[in-house]
Order: sequence, then structure tokens, then C-alpha cells
Amino acid sequence: MTTRAALLVLADGRFPAGGHAHSGGAEPAVKAGHIRNAQDLADFCLGRLHTTGLTVAALAAAAAHGLDPLALDEAADARTPSPALRAVARKLGRQLMRAARATWPSPALTALAEARPRGAHQPVVLGLTARAAGLEPADAAHCVAYETVSGPATAVVRLLSLDPFEATAVLARLAPALDEVAEQAAEAARHGIDALPAASAPLLDITAEAHAAWPVRLFAS
Amino acid sequence: MSVTATARITAVADGRGSTALPLLESDGPLALRRTRSPETGYARVTVVGAMSAPLGGDRLAVEVRAEDGARLTVDAAAATVALPGAGPDAGPASYTVRLSAGEGAELRWLPEQLVSARGSALDMTTRADLAPTARLVLREEQVLGRHGEPTGRLSTRLTVRRAGRPLLDQHLAYGPGAPGGWDRAAVLGGHRAVGQLLLVDPAFDHGLPAPRLLGTTAALTPLAGPAVLVTALAPDARLLRAVLDEALEGLLKDSRALRRR
Repeated sequence: MTTRAALLVLADGRFPAGGHAHSGGAEPAVKAGHIRNAQDLADFCLGRLHTTGLTVAALAAAAAHGLDPLALDEAADARTPSPALRAVARKLGRQLMRAARATWPSPALTALAEARPRGAHQPVVLGLTARAAGLEPADAAHCVAYETVSGPATAVVRLLSLDPFEATAVLARLAPALDEVAEQAAEAARHGIDALPAASAPLLDITAEAHAAWPVRLFAS
Repeated sequence: MSVTATARITAVADGRGSTALPLLESDGPLALRRTRSPETGYARVTVVGAMSAPLGGDRLAVEVRAEDGARLTVDAAAATVALPGAGPDAGPASYTVRLSAGEGAELRWLPEQLVSARGSALDMTTRADLAPTARLVLREEQVLGRHGEPTGRLSTRLTVRRAGRPLLDQHLAYGPGAPGGWDRAAVLGGHRAVGQLLLVDPAFDHGLPAPRLLGTTAALTPLAGPAVLVTALAPDARLLRAVLDEALEGLLKDSRALRRR
């Protein structure tokens, strides 16, 4: 069975899962003057991809591989020290769950929705969704790894009025690194939950807390 | 040429409200000394010999067990400096810390800074296994390069499990050969000193402190279990320690107040 089209549907930015409201930490980075141009955006995305990106891609791959989603949800909590980011991950997980159950209904999705009514971590839900759609763990990892950089790139277009062509070129140049991270994530998932990476980005954890307290912001995170 | 050494500490409650150390075993460059604890009921051990280790290729380990009801502080006399090994084929050094704390035990793991010197490569792993009623105070500080020099390659993994469940899992990687973007806006933003302060306390089951910022590059965050993590970035080791010291004092005050309720 070929599933390439299912991957396009799941990875499409128009898939109704609410991700567009999140900048992946880019909004506070722009405000702090850390992102001023396309090169800064590329550096930011590369750092995020190799830290948070690898960690969440592996969680998604592990869920797609069939590891216990509740144990993965707990592993995701342990890898997310920022309560603001835990809340975002669960909110996005809840939104994705709603879309996924309508798109690719499966008993595993229903069971996770019932066990975590307020939302499971988004990468875990995405992994189960990929599984329900007949996709491979590596597909789930690609999808999540790509989201960790496409979110900031889209946000920076709005925040800095960066040329959308330039932002897309940044993403295109990241393609080899994305493949590498997704493969690494899928490989880790084959070795069980204790082998999952926990790469973290201290500055993203700190600025997420600062950003959550801003009275006015363009993006939810 | 390279050194393999494991130092071991076991602390037990002595039944008279104090803590005894039936096992205190130095090894190689890891020299342990029993030192005087400023607090009654606590035993204290100071690691005195790690100054010039680890060199590339060394495999060092420290195992610390605080058995049920024991109270133990482990600190260090000086910073640990990761240095390049002898010759180009020395390979990375490894430094493994295994901590465990039993029911009602308290373990304070408060080493000095880990400094990654130019040309060095070190993989540091810290794993803590806690009983449900154990308390843990843990501080880690990574300093990237000695004064004015570029950093070596440093990777640190911190895994904390409580009652067999994961509580905190973090992996940081910096320096030449680390995945790209580590010194930029998402990860370090150009800072050269990074620290973590973790307080795990069952008293936090009755209420965790709210998240708060400690200046612009540090945050105190409640974890998903009864624990609080302070994550801090600073231009240098001295400024980093100031942030962590202030946070530690506040957190210990918070947890004492919760236990009195």
C-alpha cells in the first residue's frame, strides 16, 4: 500500500490542528533581537531542530512504532521542564486528536483520547495518527521534525516582514538536516523508550516562560 | 595512560538521628574526604581530587547511595576541568554519576562547576533514582571554556526517576562536533555558563511554586511531578552561581514551609 499522499495530508500546514498559532519560540527570540534576518532564522531553526526537534520526532516515531502512548506521554513530560510548553504540547495534542479521529479513526486514538481527555503531548498523538494512516515511524518523525522548523519560519515572516521566499529557502536548506534528525529519531524509537533522546534547549525553556506572561502577543507560544 | 576509576559513598541513618558512612571509597583521581556538615543530622563528603581530571580517554564514575532516612551532602573542593587527552587518539572522556536516595532520605549533590577546556571532549551522565519519599537537591553547572578560550565538546545527560517513573530527562550538547545551532538563539544565545538546579521534595505534592523568571535568562519551573527545576544561562560562572544560590535559598525556604503545614 502506498501512503505518500497520507503523509502530505498529515504534514500539510492546512491540516486543521491549530499549529499556525504557535511560533516555536521565535516570537520572544525576535523581540530579544536574536532573530533579525534569514541567517539568524536559519541558526535558530537548526538549534531547535537538533534539540527539541530530535526529542519530539523520536516521541512521535516511538508512538508510530507502537510503544505505549501513556508511557511516552510521561516521557514527554520529563523532557519538557517548562509548564508553559507542557500546556502548549497538550493543547496542540488535543486539537490534533480531534482532527485525527475525524480523519483516520482508530481504536488507539480513541483509547488515548479517553485516557488523556485534556490532551496528550502532540508528538505522541501525531505518532498514533501516522500509525492509523498507515504511515511508518520515520514518516511521523519527518512530520514532527519539519513542524519544529516550519512553525518558526512562518512566524518570522509575519513578525519581521521577512520575505516569504527567503523563509522558504531557509527551510529548503535545512532539508538534509531534517532527514538526518528524522532518521536518528526513527532509529532511536526501535530501541525502546529508555533509548529515546532527550536533547534540550535551555534558552527555549526560559523564553517560553517569559513569553507566556506577556500581556499582548501575536502567537500563543 | 587513561584512567578508569569509581568512587563510592553509602550513607545510612545511624538510628540516633544522625548519618553514618559505612562506605567511603576513593579511587584514582577521585579522592573523597568526610568533612564537617554545618547542619546536624547530615553527613558531608567533599570530593577533593578531581581538579585535573578527566583527561581524554578517562572513565570516571561516582556512585552515591543515601539509604532510607540518611541525610547526605556531597560537594567538591574545586571545579572539575575537562582537558584534552594525551595524543590525538585519546578519545572522549566519560564521567558517570549514579545517585540513589531511599525512603525518607535526603541527598544533596552540589559539585563545583564542570569546565570544558579547549580541545577536550567529555560525556557526562548523571542518573538519580529516588524513592517516593526521598528528597534530592542537585546542582549542575557547565562552563564553556576557561577564561577567554573556546569551549571543548561537552555533552551532559541528566535523568531523574522517582518511584521508577521518569521525572526529568535532559541532554545538553555543546562545542565543536555538537549538532549545529548550539550557541545560537534557540539553545544558548551566546552564553558561556549554563546551570540546572533541581529540588525534588514530596512536600511539593501539597503545592508547587508557580513558575517565575529569575532575571532575563533564568527561570524557575515546576515539573510534572513534585519537583522544581531552575534553568539558568549567564555570561560567566560567577554570575551563574549567584542566580542558582539565590534560587536554592528560596526553594529550601518554600519546602520547609510546606513541611511544617
